[in-house]
Order: sequence, then structure tokens, then C-alpha cells
Amino acid sequence: MRIANYGERYKRAAKIFIMLGCSQEGCAFPAHSVSPTNIFAPASTPAHAIYGLSLFVLAVTGAIFTIVFSLLIYAIVRFRRKTQEGIEPPQVYGSNQVELAWTVIPIIVVVALFMATARVIADTEKVVPPHNAVTVIAIGHQFWWEYRYPESRIVTANELHVPVSNSLQPTPTFITLLSADTDHSFWVPRLAGKTDLIPNHQNQMWIDPREAGIFLGQCAQYCGTQHAKMLLRVYVQTKNDFDLWVENQKRAAPQSGIAAEGQRLFESTACVNCHTVRGTPAQGSFGPDLTHLMSRDTIAAGVAANTPENLRNWIRNPDLIKPGSLMPAMQLSDRELDAVTAYLETLR
Amino acid sequence: MEGEDRSMAMNSMPWPTTAVERPVFVDRLHDWITTVDHKQIGLLYIAYALMFLIIAGSEAIIIRLQLIRPHNSFVSPQVFNRLFTMHGTTMIFFVVMPMLFGFGNYLIPLMVGARDMAFPRLNAFSFWVTAFGGLLLYFSLLGGNGLYGAGNAPDVGWFAYAPLTSQTFSSGHSTDFWTLSILISGFGSIGTAINILATILCMRCPGMSLAKMPLFAWLYLVTAGLVILAISPLTAAQIMLLVDRYLGGHFFDTQAGGSAVIWMHFFWIFGHPEVYILVLPAFAFASEIIPVFSRKPIFGYSVMVAATVAIGFISMSVWAHHMFTVGMGPGANTFFVLSTMAIAVPTGIKIFNWLATMWGGQIEFRTPMLFSIGFLFQFLIAGLTGIMLGCAPFNWQLGNSYFVVAHFHYVIVGGILFTTFAATYYWYPKITGRMYNETLGRLHFWLFVIGFHLTFDFMHIPGLLGMPRRIYTYEPGRGWDHWNVIVSVGAFVQAAAIVVLLINFLWSYWRGRCSGWDPWDAWTLEWSVPSPPPSYNFSSIPAVRSRRPLWDLKHPDNPDWEYEGSR
Amino acid sequence: MSATPIRLGESPGSQFPTRGRVGMLSLIAAESGVFTIFVVAYIFYIGKSPAGPTPQEVLKAPIFYSICLLLSSATMHAAGRAIREGKIPVFSRWLSITIALGTIFLFGTAKEWFRLIYREGLTISTNLFGTTYFSLVGLHAFHVIVGLFCLTLVLLFVAFGQVEQKHEYQIENLSLYWHFVDAVWVVVFTVVYVLGR
Repeated sequence: MRIANYGERYKRAAKIFIMLGCSQEGCAFPAHSVSPTNIFAPASTPAHAIYGLSLFVLAVTGAIFTIVFSLLIYAIVRFRRKTQEGIEPPQVYGSNQVELAWTVIPIIVVVALFMATARVIADTEKVVPPHNAVTVIAIGHQFWWEYRYPESRIVTANELHVPVSNSLQPTPTFITLLSADTDHSFWVPRLAGKTDLIPNHQNQMWIDPREAGIFLGQCAQYCGTQHAKMLLRVYVQTKNDFDLWVENQKRAAPQSGIAAEGQRLFESTACVNCHTVRGTPAQGSFGPDLTHLMSRDTIAAGVAANTPENLRNWIRNPDLIKPGSLMPAMQLSDRELDAVTAYLETLR
Repeated sequence: MEGEDRSMAMNSMPWPTTAVERPVFVDRLHDWITTVDHKQIGLLYIAYALMFLIIAGSEAIIIRLQLIRPHNSFVSPQVFNRLFTMHGTTMIFFVVMPMLFGFGNYLIPLMVGARDMAFPRLNAFSFWVTAFGGLLLYFSLLGGNGLYGAGNAPDVGWFAYAPLTSQTFSSGHSTDFWTLSILISGFGSIGTAINILATILCMRCPGMSLAKMPLFAWLYLVTAGLVILAISPLTAAQIMLLVDRYLGGHFFDTQAGGSAVIWMHFFWIFGHPEVYILVLPAFAFASEIIPVFSRKPIFGYSVMVAATVAIGFISMSVWAHHMFTVGMGPGANTFFVLSTMAIAVPTGIKIFNWLATMWGGQIEFRTPMLFSIGFLFQFLIAGLTGIMLGCAPFNWQLGNSYFVVAHFHYVIVGGILFTTFAATYYWYPKITGRMYNETLGRLHFWLFVIGFHLTFDFMHIPGLLGMPRRIYTYEPGRGWDHWNVIVSVGAFVQAAAIVVLLINFLWSYWRGRCSGWDPWDAWTLEWSVPSPPPSYNFSSIPAVRSRRPLWDLKHPDNPDWEYEGSR
Repeated sequence: MSATPIRLGESPGSQFPTRGRVGMLSLIAAESGVFTIFVVAYIFYIGKSPAGPTPQEVLKAPIFYSICLLLSSATMHAAGRAIREGKIPVFSRWLSITIALGTIFLFGTAKEWFRLIYREGLTISTNLFGTTYFSLVGLHAFHVIVGLFCLTLVLLFVAFGQVEQKHEYQIENLSLYWHFVDAVWVVVFTVVYVLGR
């Protein structure tokens, strides 16, 4: 896609500045090892475009800082009081030429920054989805993420799976952002800048991750008590793996009969008011879809690893793991808890 | 003679009188509560702001203790969310604004040669209404579940985004405390702004045309204009919020077709000019202090005035740079990048002019000047990180992260608080008649600089590494841990510096040496009256011929008005 | 340094505006800000109500009452001229007419609201139109009430013989407020009854 070229162009311009200036942004520095959410370790075109622009902006502001900082230091050192009190220095009231100079130069700098920025805005926001793009609808909830894949008719939660893309045959993912309650924001720094999820206001963003792996992020717009624990996990997979995952998600819940007791409990208590398990009477939509709960690494929007013990504790009292979460404690007895957990463990 | 008078009085009065000596303390308290004198009201504002500075600062300390390591459980998420909401709301509305109104109230009449503000009773009303607002906000701690559950203190962020503030998502009274306390104190702010405008426009002494008044007055003039234009949108939006919450309205009710985005627009139409309301008085302080301690007049007075007015106008057009991630579309995003970049130009010009004022001078590094130089360094950096945030795509990464928190604290603490400290030391002798202790002043400065940079320099880094704001805890393994420790340590160093400040003021009030009328050999009218000034300010209203009337008096061979013509 | 009294130069005080004028104009500017936001909200939400009564269905332009309000600006102006010329009884007559016209306007608003709420089923909580309509018109009506209260206060002062020609400045400031209230109504009328339908 065109966008990569501009990223490269700015990176080249920026490198020249950096050689002249003082930035230490190592071009070969393994930025992603510093942090899995480092904005300077882009792995997708929108993030790359921002990265290129950011280097340019940092170089320009770095240069301005160096110049003015040096002048300030010089002034403090050179113009300390040396005469005794009462002898005043020459009283200078102003200078039109100087004022003109330091008006015109900042205007030029500002125009350059503006033009660079406008270009990146256009390139990122005015992109039309190609026909092979994967489309996802992300719906923000307090305090979890719902993902729907309309083409495959899958509904899942909290862990977003997308195919890896490459520059020869790009397969980007276009995400439509909606909200079921308050404002949220989807921020996975290595993949793209953040975009908000606002009720009654549809937004769109896109990513085309260039490497497979897990990319982390979290909600970036204060949405209530557990805003801090609305974590994001994006699983970028090879085409084969992604297709396999889609196939698995399409299936209805396996009816194994092993955990019949747990299933009976699940379907006869309030669980079904909030949760969906496709192929069963549970069709609630207030909470995450649990049809393939066991295909996920974490529960409660990334808060805890998806182990039987964590799952059991979560069901027993969500407030202990995520205080303020909207799932109520179901007041189940130990035996009931064991049964329900066993049932959920069958939802692969 | 007195006994004679008294007996005559007793003879003429039909009823017996017993002269009771009222306790002096009650008299003085009564005097302060009923005062309409601008100097006393100014001091009330400043004392009020100082009290809330300590409270909101303590809230910050607790926040930093919670964030010192990942998965900490020093406070619960509910309490944390109330803490950052209260910290932000208190600092902006009940610390910085009252502090700046206090200095303005005290100094503007003295600087323009007037005996008081234009509307003394409105002045008193404005203070008490503002004070009530702050107390109402903190009364929220007592409601609801009581102190232990942090009561009903607001927990919706200082910006209170809809629909989090609707009855659906905030069914208690926390949002109402936020709304009402700010709404009420907003009336006080508008009252003060009206006073400032009327005083500056109508009560200048003879000879003081607008072109001859101190830059301090110009900056407060533009600030007052901004208050008038910016607080009213907030008032309107809060009325709408109350209509939604209590009359079943749908202004921000997304379930009924309402818009959450329109709250953001209304709030930031207030919110952005608000930060200029906070910063222009800081510029006012710098513009008075830097010339005096450089022993030169301000460089480019007319350009400074023009830049101030330009900032005032442009600041009304940049608000949606707080909304770059909201999805306004490329057209709107591009426009707001342009306007945000535009405001950088006059702001930069001001920095250059202060620098040029120091250039070629004889700089004296007394405490006010130390803080002013700190301001220059830090405001430069703050402005540059602001430019970074103004580039919309860069904002898509940096927005709503700790980079933004670092940026605005750089402006408010590194810029505004530093100049406020400078102003406090500079005018302390005028207000109290005593000199503060210079050694303690320097100690305060260096401690605060170290603490400030520890906290707010390093705070940029977690933002660059993906840490969002307003989170009560964070995940380990994201590279944020060590930086948060450094940030938290710096907070304690700053707190220690504030303690030094308080000790200095208290000690100096009783034991400082007398300062005289003009300890700094300065040039504006407030230095021509006793320290502290009498209630009537001037024994006779002065007349001026230039921007530095006292320079003219001290240098009759080389007065300013011979040179000021073209500048 | 002592404060040597500086020689008094020429006194420019007379060309400054009066404090009262600046104060009232600043207040009007602030109020304009509030009204602007309500008008913007109204315009933004035109046509966006998903259900419920629409402006076309239920609104009837209150032409007569609007004329009353606009006339009251003219009568207020006449009152101002009267007191400038020192004719207090004439002033008091024009003032009374102004108050009467303003009260008629309020009565008209009340009548319209009664009709909308009880006959058309439009309340502030019905839909977006209801919310924005009642808020905007209500905010204006509130300002009319405040204005009438002040004008009535002045009338009371006149009744007690406290008002003289020298008070023309204060009356002028008060009438500025009243003219502002009228000007706002022109905007509100245009937006609600002309644009909105």
C-alpha cells in the first residue's frame, strides 16, 4: 500500500535530522523488547505511518529545543549581574526585525509540521477496504470487548484473532467500533493509533499486522470502575491458523454430556440472562459469548489466565478478581461451582 | 477629655450603657468575612487555594502510592477513581483559578492606580460563592457510604464524559456534586472576570492609556475575556446534564438518539480556553518579574500584547484537539491540527521575548527569578510536547496516555505553579511588609525542581510505552514498572519542597526583616505604596507618563516616555 | 523609595466607559455564551428524534406574543428617553407598559407550554425535540422573569420616589439587559419556529 512509502520517506528525512540533531531513537534498537506496547515498535501500517511522522516531529521539536535551550543557558551564564547595584544595563525596548524573524521562522516550521501531519491523516483515514479484508465489529462493554465477524457469523469476546498481512498480498482487518454503554477506546500501540468506541457513533479503524504473534493493549478511555482491567489481546495468525480458528468458532457448542449437571445448572440459573452458548438455550447478550470459552487464553478481559481454578474463583465471586465488574456473584455452593466450571471447561 | 465626653454621652442617653470589650479575634474574623477590600479578598483567595493545594496534593500522593508498583492494592479501584477525579477537579477549579484570581484581585488596582476593584461587593460575593463551591465538592465525601467508602465523591473524571454521567451509569450523587460545585463556583469566576474587565477598562489612573498599562494588566484583561467566553459553555453543558439527570432530558442520552460527542465538544469548548485562563496570568507574573531581575524593560511590549490577544482568539478555535481519537473525520482533524499549530506561533514569540528581555541584562538570581527561569525551560518543553500532541496521528498514539498527563502537568506545575511561586516570593514583601528567607527560598526551588523533573520528565516514558491514563493499576511486563517508581518518588520530593515554602512564609511573617516599600527596585505602581499597602492604596491617585512610572521617577534624566513611542 | 506624588496630568477619566456599562456588557457576553450552546444543541438535534411529536406537527409560531416582546423593547427605549429628559412620571408609564408587555409574553409562553404538554404530549423527556425545545425556550423565559423582576423593582423605587434623572445611567444599563433578552428571542424564534420546521 502507498502508505508505507510515506512512512519510509519521513523516516529518511528524520534520520537526516537525527544525524544533525540529538535524538537517540535507535533505528536498529529492538524497541519491542523494551515493552510489548511500545509505540516506537510498529508492526502494522497505521502504526508505521505514525512512527514515521513521530520521528519527523521529534526531530523538529528536538532541534527547536536544542536551539532555545542553548540560548537560555547562554543568557543565564553570560548576563549575570556583574556591575554593582544601581548601574543599569542598556534599556532595550524591542526590535521589529528580530520580532519579524522569530515570527516568520516559527510559521514556516508550523506549516511544515501541518503539511506532514495532514498527509498522514489523509492516508490513514481515507482508506477503502479491499475486497479480501477481514471485517470485524468490535463492541465495547463495561468492561469487556465483544467481537463479531459478520462474514463468518462468529461472535466471540476479548481475544481478537486476525490474519497476518504482508506487503505483497495485503490482508488487512477493518474494525468497526461501536459501544453498548459508555465511551471506550481501542488501543494496541504496535498495531495502530487508538480509536474510540462511542455509543451511537460508529467509528472505523484498520490494521495489517506484518508479523504473527500476540499484541497487547488496553482500553484507553475512562469507562468506569474497571477501566484499568479492560485488556486487549490481538492474536495475529498465519492464514492457515486463522482459518482453523474461524472454523472452530463457527461450530456450535459441543454437546458432550460429561458435564450435564453443570449444563443444567448453567441453563436454569441467571447465567443465561447474560451469556450466549450457541446451540443451547443460553442466548443472553449482556455478557461475553461463552460458546468457545476454552479457546481463549484469558478470562475477564485479560485479567486472569484461563485455568479451571481461576474460572471457578471468577464464578464464585467476580469482585475478588475484578472489583466493580458487572457480573454478580451467583451464590453457588461448592458443588454447584465445581459442576458449572466442569461444564464450561467443555466449551472448547 | 475622654472622661468628659463619656459622661456627657451618658447624660444624653436615656438607658445605661456598659461598654463591653469584644474579643479582638472576633473583630478581626468579622472584618475578614465581611470585607470588600480587594487586597483582603485577594488574600482570602490565595489562602483558600493554598489549603486546597495541600488537599489535592495529598490526593496525588495517594495516587502515586497506588501506582508505585503493578497490581498494587493500596486503594480500591472505586477510591482511586474518585481520587483522580477529585485531584483534577480540585486543582483546576479550587487551586489554580482561585490562586490566580487572588493575585489579580490584589495587584490589578494597585498596578493601574485605583483604590479598589470596580465592584467591591461583587468581588466579595464572587469569592464566597467560589469558596462554597469547593466546600460543596468536598462535602461529597460525607454523603453516600460515608468517608470509608469515599462517600459520593465524584468518580467520573474531571471532564465527566457522557454517558458515564447519566443516571444509568452514575446513579448516585457523585456526578451531581461535580456538576453543582463547578456550576456554582462558575458564577464566582464570571463575577471576578466582570470585575477585572471593568477595573482595567474604566479605572486606570490619569495618563495610563491601554498602551501604557503593565503587561500584567493586559494579560489579566484577556484572561477575563476568556473566562466570560469559556465558562458559559461549561455552565450551559452542566445545565443540560442536570436536565438529563433530573428532568428526563436526552441531551446526552445515546439510547434516545442523543450524542456523547456533543458533550465532548461543549466541554472542550470550555476546557481548552480554560487552560489559557490558567496560563495567561502565569505569563503575567513572568512578564513583571523577568524584566525587574534582568534590569531591563520587557522586550517588545506591543508584540507581547498582540501575541496575548492572538492567543486569546485562537484558543477558542482549538478545542477538538482533545478529541482526535473520537472519529470526527479527516476534515475536522486536519482543521484542528492547523489551529493548534497556529497557536504555537504567538506562544513561541512570547518565550523569545522573555529570553530577549534577559539578553544583555544584569540578571539577579533571587528566588523569584530562579522560579521564572525554571518556568522558561519547562514551558518551552511543555509547548513542544504540546506540538507533538497537536499532530493528530501522533495523538492517536499519545492521546489518553501518560504522555498527556506528563504534558499538562509540565504546563500547570512546571509553568503555572513555578511562576506562581515566583509571584509569591516577589510580592510577599509588598503583601506582608517582610522579606522572606532567601536561603529557604532557594532550598524550596532546588527541591522542587528535582522533584518536578523526577516525576514529570520520566512520566513521559510510560506514555510512550503504551500506558493509558486513569487506570488504578497496571500489568507488569509492559515496561512501565521502574518509571512509575521514579515518578512516585518525585512526588514526595515536591511535597517536601512545599513544606519548606510554608515554613518560609510562616517564619518570615513574624521574623523576616522589614522590606520597605520597594525591595526589588522595581518600576510599577504597586511599589510606590507602603508594604503592606493601606486600605486606600494611594494617598493621592498617581498620574503616569510611561509603562514604568517608577523608572521615570528614579531616572529623570533618562525616562521611559522618551523611548516608548514606537514600541 | 518614597512615593513622590506624581503631578496630575490631564484627566482621561471621562473618555473611559463607565463601570456599569462594562459590567453589563460583560454579563451579556457571558449569557450569550450560554444561549449559544443551547441554540447549537437545538440545531444539532433538529430532525434527530427517533420518535415522538415533531416541530412540524405541534409547533405554532407565537407571532402575537413575540410582537409584544419586541414592542416592549421599544417602550423600554421610550422610558429611557423619558428619564434622560427628567420626566419621571412619563418614565414610569413607559416602564409599566414594558412590564405589562413582558408579562403578556410570559403568559403566552405558559399557554403554549400547557398546550404542548397536556394536549400534544410533548414534555422535556419525550424526545430530543422536547428536551431541546423546553430547555431553550425555558432558559429564555427564565431570563425574561429575571428582567421583569428587575424592572418591577425599579417601578417600586419610582413609586417610593427614589428615582431621579441622575439614575439614567443605571436605567440605561438595565435596558441593555432587556434589549438583550429581546434579541435572544429573535434568535430563538428564528431557530425554533422558522429553521426547525
